[in-house]
Amino acid sequence: MSQKKKNPVWAFFASVKLALFLLFILAATSIIGTIIPQSKPMDFYVHEYGENMARLMQTLGIPDMYNSWWFLGLLTFFSLNLIVCSLERIPTVWKIIHKDNLDIDPAKLVRRKIKKEVTLRSKKDEVVSKVASFLKSKGWKPEQRDKGDGVLLFAEKGPWTRFGVYIVHTSILIIFIGAIIGSPTVARKIFKNPTFAFKGSIMIPETRQTDSIFAFDTGEKIPLGFTIRCNYFNIEYYPNGMPKEYLSDLTVIEDGREVLHTRIEVNSPLTYRGITFYQSSYQPYNDFVVRVKSEKTGATYASVIPPAKQIRWDEGGITFGILNTERFGEVVRRVKVWFSDNQGEPSIFWIEAGREAIIERPSGKYAFTAKQLYATGLQVAKDPGVWFVYIGCGMMLLGLMVAFFMSHRKIWAYVREEDGAIRILFVGSANKNKLGFEKKFHEMLDDFS
Amino acid sequence: MNSSQLLGITTLAYLLSSAFYIALFVFKNRKLGTIGLAITVIGWFCQTAGLGLRWYESYQMGIGHAPLTNMYESLVFFAWCVVPFYIYMELKFKTSVIGTFAMPFAFVAMAYASFAKGINQEISPLIPALQSNWLIAHVVTCFIGYGAFAVAGGLGMMYLLKKSAIRRSLSADSLTGSLPDLKVIDDMTHKTIVFGFLWLSAGIITGAVWANEAWGTYWSWDPKETWSLITWFIYASTLHARFTRGWSGSRIAWLSILGFIAVFFTYFGVNFWLSGLHSYGAG
Repeated sequence: MSQKKKNPVWAFFASVKLALFLLFILAATSIIGTIIPQSKPMDFYVHEYGENMARLMQTLGIPDMYNSWWFLGLLTFFSLNLIVCSLERIPTVWKIIHKDNLDIDPAKLVRRKIKKEVTLRSKKDEVVSKVASFLKSKGWKPEQRDKGDGVLLFAEKGPWTRFGVYIVHTSILIIFIGAIIGSPTVARKIFKNPTFAFKGSIMIPETRQTDSIFAFDTGEKIPLGFTIRCNYFNIEYYPNGMPKEYLSDLTVIEDGREVLHTRIEVNSPLTYRGITFYQSSYQPYNDFVVRVKSEKTGATYASVIPPAKQIRWDEGGITFGILNTERFGEVVRRVKVWFSDNQGEPSIFWIEAGREAIIERPSGKYAFTAKQLYATGLQVAKDPGVWFVYIGCGMMLLGLMVAFFMSHRKIWAYVREEDGAIRILFVGSANKNKLGFEKKFHEMLDDFS
Repeated sequence: MNSSQLLGITTLAYLLSSAFYIALFVFKNRKLGTIGLAITVIGWFCQTAGLGLRWYESYQMGIGHAPLTNMYESLVFFAWCVVPFYIYMELKFKTSVIGTFAMPFAFVAMAYASFAKGINQEISPLIPALQSNWLIAHVVTCFIGYGAFAVAGGLGMMYLLKKSAIRRSLSADSLTGSLPDLKVIDDMTHKTIVFGFLWLSAGIITGAVWANEAWGTYWSWDPKETWSLITWFIYASTLHARFTRGWSGSRIAWLSILGFIAVFFTYFGVNFWLSGLHSYGAG
């Protein structure tokens, strides 16, 4: 320890002053990124702050400041500070925990603040076992040692709680490790394997499929290792017109086989082979997904068609098309359908998008649906570090509770003979919440008689 | 009786109890404190019933969700968190004058929720992103923390007020005479910060887990996230300064006020001045 203290670099990182300074600087600089909009194109900063300022910002990495060299540098210093600080203090804590608390001069115990003296008329050995069983009955496990002119008993609770603060420190480091493992930049630049961890997105039109996605930061194409198909996408609305839920019906295809069919919503994603698909946006198109079923023959037609185009379905013996649409913003609410079986006048009617209409024709009945074509917008993430982050978070809460609400408590009892009577000196100590412990100490000893 | 009437009564009750506590502070008549506490407790039960009824009403409307989803509901919930915390402090430390520095927070939150322009009191349906059980865990943990920090900020002010009175050597029967000892206030401030810090940490964590469930990114440096982290840094420094450098008294009092300013900005400022993922909180 003393040798380490001579090393100025070690001493620098071990100091609490550095910790306070870093916490303050991290707090202060973090504000920048909440005031200056992040990740905008360079033109934005030139327009907003002038050319020179924009160049300076570029140099300092302000447009992506939480990934800038200096902010990451601060976080590195913070981590080093945490590690060195903890390494510096843990051996001391270890020594305190493993200290022989019976190897103490009983005369010094009298000077402690939390104490109580009791005098009994009895035999010494009896009193010693009485004290021991009293402490046991209160949940303390005493050890004892003969100290020549008396017997010293000692018991402690929660010595390990002294590690609470280091559990918190470690938890922060584990969260950082998780963040590094799950970082797409690290996967790309250090592991040279962009498929190890990534964040990206993909737009899949209904009925279509894809086997790759596009990374957020680079726009790079990342293979999934399997295929995902969007069977359909739907938006549900509340009566007041607010969107209630976006949902996608997805199929996972591997080696040409459909291995998984599921439906996702916002807050309820699909995870397959460590890759998670989140419902995030949608895109309406001009085309329509049309389904026609001949009730007579049972034959079905399903395809994507553009509006205002005549479609011939030979098997069903019909011709149809979408003449017109009624829109609410980009969303088609109703469509006007033209439908003919070449017998008599063609049918022309409005139907609600997505609803089934039964068309009665001389050649038979037909079930018809036309739904606007959507693409589902999926956010796609693979983050193998997230469990480290979660474990770190759990450890942090546990560590905070231990560090704040639990303490290392010790009790000594010194039994000796004096003037023909047996005197017992009870002494207590706690490393935290001393007042609370003092109260408990006296409450407990009130039961001793 | 509907939820808004109950919450209206609550606002009135908190105004009254604030007035009684301020009167207690000025006139040092113990009875005033007792009345203040009684009104506070009644107000809080009204508020609990109001929140419960609002929850029930949202189910009646077919859009059932916990009343924690917009600025109005969060302000009401904030007040709901401050009050029991303060009552606990008053009973534990047997000092009713704390109410002078805590109940006005609850009243101002309720009054602001009820009367400010642009605060929508309607029970509105939830946008898809908010439809998650994590909503409750996240909001509850954050607001218990906010409530504690509000009380800590109030205690910090109390400390500085008493300290300056002592410095100007005002006699014991002056205004600040009824305040607890500096050491006691200091201890309460510290304990309150510790409590708040634990909940703030839990609030940030539940938010991160939720974000990861919703869009696969537990942390995205959104302004509100960043400000909650800034707040966390401030309180972390405060705790380190106290534990390892032995700071206490005025310095901790000032830090508790600075911390509360950061909380305030995280809660309100971000919604009004910065945009981001939590912007729906402004409505």
